[in-house]
Amino acid sequence: MSIRERLSGNEAVATAMRQIEPDVFAMFPITPSTEIPQYFAQYVADGKVDTEFICVESEHSAMSACLGAEAAGVRAVTATSSAGLSYMNEVLFVAASLRLPVVLAVSCRALTGPININHDYSDSLAERDSGFIQLYAENNQEVYDNYLMAHRIAEHPSVRLPLMVCEDGFITSHAIENIELEEDGAVKRFVGTYQPENYLLKEENPLAVGPYGVSAYYMEARVAQATAMMNAKKVILEVAKDFEETFGRHYGFFEEYRMEDAECAIVLMGSSAGTAKAAVDELRAEGVKAGVIKVRVFRPFPGEELAKALSPLKAVAVLDKSEGFSANGGPLFAETASMMINLDERPKMIDIVYGLGGRDFTVKAAKAVFERLLGIVKTGETGPVYSHMGQREAGE
Amino acid sequence: MIEIRWHGRGGQGAKTASQLLADAAFMAGKFVQSFPEYGPERSGAPITAYNRISDERCNVHSNIYEPDYVAVVDETLLESVDVTAGLKPEGAVIVNTAKDPGEIRRELGDYAGRIYTIDARKISLLTLGAYFPNTPMLAAVVAVSGCVEKEQFLKDMEGSFRHKFEKKPQVIEGNLKCLSLSMDSVKGTGTKGVSI
Amino acid sequence: MKKASEINEKIPWQELTTGCEIYEPGTSRLTKTGEWRSRTPEWIRDKCKQCVLCAPFCPDSCIPVEDGRRGEFDYEHCKGCGICIRVCPFQAIEWREKI
Repeated sequence: MSIRERLSGNEAVATAMRQIEPDVFAMFPITPSTEIPQYFAQYVADGKVDTEFICVESEHSAMSACLGAEAAGVRAVTATSSAGLSYMNEVLFVAASLRLPVVLAVSCRALTGPININHDYSDSLAERDSGFIQLYAENNQEVYDNYLMAHRIAEHPSVRLPLMVCEDGFITSHAIENIELEEDGAVKRFVGTYQPENYLLKEENPLAVGPYGVSAYYMEARVAQATAMMNAKKVILEVAKDFEETFGRHYGFFEEYRMEDAECAIVLMGSSAGTAKAAVDELRAEGVKAGVIKVRVFRPFPGEELAKALSPLKAVAVLDKSEGFSANGGPLFAETASMMINLDERPKMIDIVYGLGGRDFTVKAAKAVFERLLGIVKTGETGPVYSHMGQREAGE
Repeated sequence: MIEIRWHGRGGQGAKTASQLLADAAFMAGKFVQSFPEYGPERSGAPITAYNRISDERCNVHSNIYEPDYVAVVDETLLESVDVTAGLKPEGAVIVNTAKDPGEIRRELGDYAGRIYTIDARKISLLTLGAYFPNTPMLAAVVAVSGCVEKEQFLKDMEGSFRHKFEKKPQVIEGNLKCLSLSMDSVKGTGTKGVSI
Repeated sequence: MKKASEINEKIPWQELTTGCEIYEPGTSRLTKTGEWRSRTPEWIRDKCKQCVLCAPFCPDSCIPVEDGRRGEFDYEHCKGCGICIRVCPFQAIEWREKI
């Protein structure tokens, strides 16, 4: 039986961690993820978990400690945001290439500058090439559920990759909302115990990790790692299926909201998706065939599946909450558009960068995007493919 | 759905008040949201917090621009913050003050909607022996908005206090008295000053 | 389980171990670092007092010690760094003329 509760996103993550009871939590605080280790420290102090809680001196060290613990054969977790994630950057790539399934909770926050503590995805999306699996959540329920699935995906023998469970800083991390928690025992049974085949001090065959890979090996190692990321797609769906059978909530690569007969749609991630859904409901009531696709899995990117879902549409707006500075649009747009290229039937596509550094995204703003899409459907003209929304403009 | 905006100063507990309201509505079986608008935290600086309370899960995650109710925890904010901005005409503003609603109306300029006042300091000192504006403000917002039925609210809060103050049972009675006295002490004026 | 000796520059990516892990200790023995040598130390037995100071200084463990006495260099792994020549108090190690 699910437990009806009300929690913030950060407390939901900390609760999932308590229920899973990882062997090691290496922590270094940073807004807005600080509450996660804060709640967890209380669980440690209260004797609710038997986790080795290590207060390290930086995020670089936090990820390094996780890496060492995972190599030693145990579950290791941490949490961070923004500059903290950037400071982990080097070690993220190491964890992924060593194929160590660390689970990292990220309360996504803008990167400097100007200095800002509010939400966007410039931190997590800057790490899109790190080799971490990335799951995104619309609300506290989804971040909790993603966390319950995280270890099983990351540790699967055909995957063995680290994983980021991303939530929206403040908007999700600090907002208290209703949530359905699962019982501790049910969570433990679902997640299972971690039994890696090999680990550092295994008596029969001690393990060496992190060898130097000269040119004669590096390419092969990278192909193997890329293959693991491709394998993750199957495992993500398998774990989601088992999750649905166990706890009753459905998850896929992305959520399609009122897309059955949609002519135009917004593609986006995170909490803004809920706001966009409310806009769709209003537009549907007026007879507008609008829909939303909320991307849950950004790494591995479900390009083929997303392209198939978007193919029958007439106009699509991708909403990017990270600039990317490509001068062509944000990362979500680049990824989405690139998989459309070989389709015979494809919609007109635009990218709108929005919500940077906590700039609010409203139902009204979502409706304005659909307004633009309807214009594209009518005229066939996209106008500027890449633009920004919500900023003050001269002459307004 | 009821949308509420809280105005307070950093350290006064407007965020906590919004969380307490979410707790009360949650216990009454509602779907809730409670979230603050975050910036650099400075004690005494104006802060805003929000509540959405409804019978179905609310997916919207924006701030609230057209609230049904506005709660002002610190009346000095009336001078510097446009607390009634976007407030729905049929809504109401609830101010923590010793003044009468009529006096507050003069401070609110063009605002023509309902105004309620509660002397949180007086009630808090009387029932709790110290100034905790949150509890009276919570009760006032529940009384004015009707987002939770009164008897249900008092019953749920008693359970919550018994749990929260398990090791300090002596404060439970004062807190409960604070709630019920606050609910009965809210003073209001209707639209355009019609008394209600 | 894949042995380190089975990993070489000819095997396809499918046969690499996950994360390039190595499942046994002491595999550096398999790499003949002696091939990198450009100068070679020579042990002059007549001058050697068997103080065995050279052995712990050797960064590649190329000076075997048995029953408290050193033996001949392990030239398969000696990189020719010359540290042993520098630390020997009795000039009992010298550069050989040939590599």
